[in-house]
Amino acid sequence: MKRVRAEVLSVRRLGAYHVLTIVAPEVAERARPGQFLSVAMPPHRAFLLRRHFSIHQASRRGGWAGTLEFAVEAQGPGTRWLAEVKPHRFLDVIGPLGKPFAYPARLTNCLLVCEGHGGAPISFLAQELRARGKRVDMLIGGATHDHVFKPIEAKRMAQTIRIATADGSMGEPGSVADLLPEMVEAVGAQVVYAAGPREMLRRVAELCVERRIPSQVALEERMACGMGQCFTCVVPVIRKDGSGYDHLRACTEGPVFNPARILWDRWMGEAPEPAPTPPEGFPVVRSWPG
Amino acid sequence: MAGVKPTMTVDLAGVAFPLPVLAASGCLGTGGEPTVVDLRRLGGVVTRSLTLEPRRGAPTPRMAETPSGLLSWTGLQNPGVEGFLVEDLPRLEQAGVPVVASIAGGGVEEFLRVTSLLQHRPGIVALEVYLGAPDEERGRGRPFAARLDRAVEVVGAVARMSRLPVFAKLPYLEPDLVETARACVRAGAHGLTLIGGVPGLAVDAERLRPELAAPIGLLSGPAIKPIALAAVHRVARELPEVPIMGVGGIATGRDAVEFLLAGAWAVQVGTAMLIDPAAPVEIARGILAYLKDKQLESPAALRGRLRVPGTSP
Repeated sequence: MKRVRAEVLSVRRLGAYHVLTIVAPEVAERARPGQFLSVAMPPHRAFLLRRHFSIHQASRRGGWAGTLEFAVEAQGPGTRWLAEVKPHRFLDVIGPLGKPFAYPARLTNCLLVCEGHGGAPISFLAQELRARGKRVDMLIGGATHDHVFKPIEAKRMAQTIRIATADGSMGEPGSVADLLPEMVEAVGAQVVYAAGPREMLRRVAELCVERRIPSQVALEERMACGMGQCFTCVVPVIRKDGSGYDHLRACTEGPVFNPARILWDRWMGEAPEPAPTPPEGFPVVRSWPG
Repeated sequence: MAGVKPTMTVDLAGVAFPLPVLAASGCLGTGGEPTVVDLRRLGGVVTRSLTLEPRRGAPTPRMAETPSGLLSWTGLQNPGVEGFLVEDLPRLEQAGVPVVASIAGGGVEEFLRVTSLLQHRPGIVALEVYLGAPDEERGRGRPFAARLDRAVEVVGAVARMSRLPVFAKLPYLEPDLVETARACVRAGAHGLTLIGGVPGLAVDAERLRPELAAPIGLLSGPAIKPIALAAVHRVARELPEVPIMGVGGIATGRDAVEFLLAGAWAVQVGTAMLIDPAAPVEIARGILAYLKDKQLESPAALRGRLRVPGTSP
């Protein structure tokens, strides 16, 4: 974790998103897919808190060495401010934060699933998996064609790709989760990675548990500090031995989790009462394949 | 008086803090997490509130940003006092930063058991009794501070058992703030921490839902600074001998000076640390610059120097 003053190199509009490129060599050389950045807001404004973004790209070599990219969806005052930030301005950035995706040691066929700005970390992951000689297939989507993150780049990286949009404006109508069972069969997925809205991640989790496919998902939870201090961004996660569950911080123990260990009902607010631990304990989830 | 070199050490209830700026409860985890700030540059660290057993805390969402504020409620998530002593305290002791252990509980007995476990560790210099904790024994989940008799019962019990100085942390209470503060001191509190977060609600009009699962959270940050200043001012005027830690929306050296002028003996920094982990260092620097500029010897020289024409409400 490093804190740096990072110069903004460029801000590019990309459909519903803005992609910011910043210069932060100390952060870029450590950054791995799934990790995130914490960006401070300008002083003396009513929106105080740092904003957090998945790392979309970290260049360690070549002409762009030392740069980082992250995608912003301008929805509130902070993200709107960032979308309009001018090149050569300096940002107060802390990163890389959180636990990255793990790479499989032996298994080769990786299916990457994302919706909306979940495409930012997933495309970084696709690139790193390819560099490790893994087969990458992708299932990407969003609300509209504007919300499908970098579909052309995805096509270049993936062996096969399918796209779904809620309004049908690109690819097939519906959610990527609708296509998931077919896609898992078709590509012989051995590992599934996903990032995006909770509903979609939950369906990924259910399928992967049912088919016993190891998987990892990058979650989003409302986060104040991003550094493990405030305990606001917690997720209910079943203990490894099944003896109960803990509230783990998405910022430090996540944002990447094994979805089979998440208590989805509770996390999504459908079981507001504390979930009791079953007398026989929770099912023990085998750990990530080495 | 030219060339006065101010000393920044402050003495509260016999505890010498090297700087008058501490990290407020809940804003530096329980102290064991790595951070980008050098702990030795803080006047002290107040831990997250510790309960006897580990607590999982409230469901999410636990926070929302509101204008100039942070609304949050974690439901006292903490590793329990044993977890803190094993995992977190050693790191704080190693850094040599004075530790104020914030304690909480669902009832008087729990406060006492936590108190007893924190007595004999060299790093811990004081206790802060979190009276904003929900009273599960008699108060049906309302804070201990909401009932004067319960606040007094908890503070009195802890103060009788503790060999460490005890600070009572109170929220802003209308109209009973001064009365409650005085009662806590009579019950044995050596000092006061003013104020805890201000209750608040944030509403998501699209989804027709409160923003927090709780659904009421505690507001912190610059939005509550005037409220906290009013609390410090009111109590300090009535109880000038009682050490007060001022807390609520302090983000700059100037903010801290305002609290010292209103009557605080030291300050705690909370929300500002979540935004800028090095904020307390900058704040201490700002206080020092102010003292030099006014040719004053120490933060204590500012205490209660606020000139109030006539009477104030």
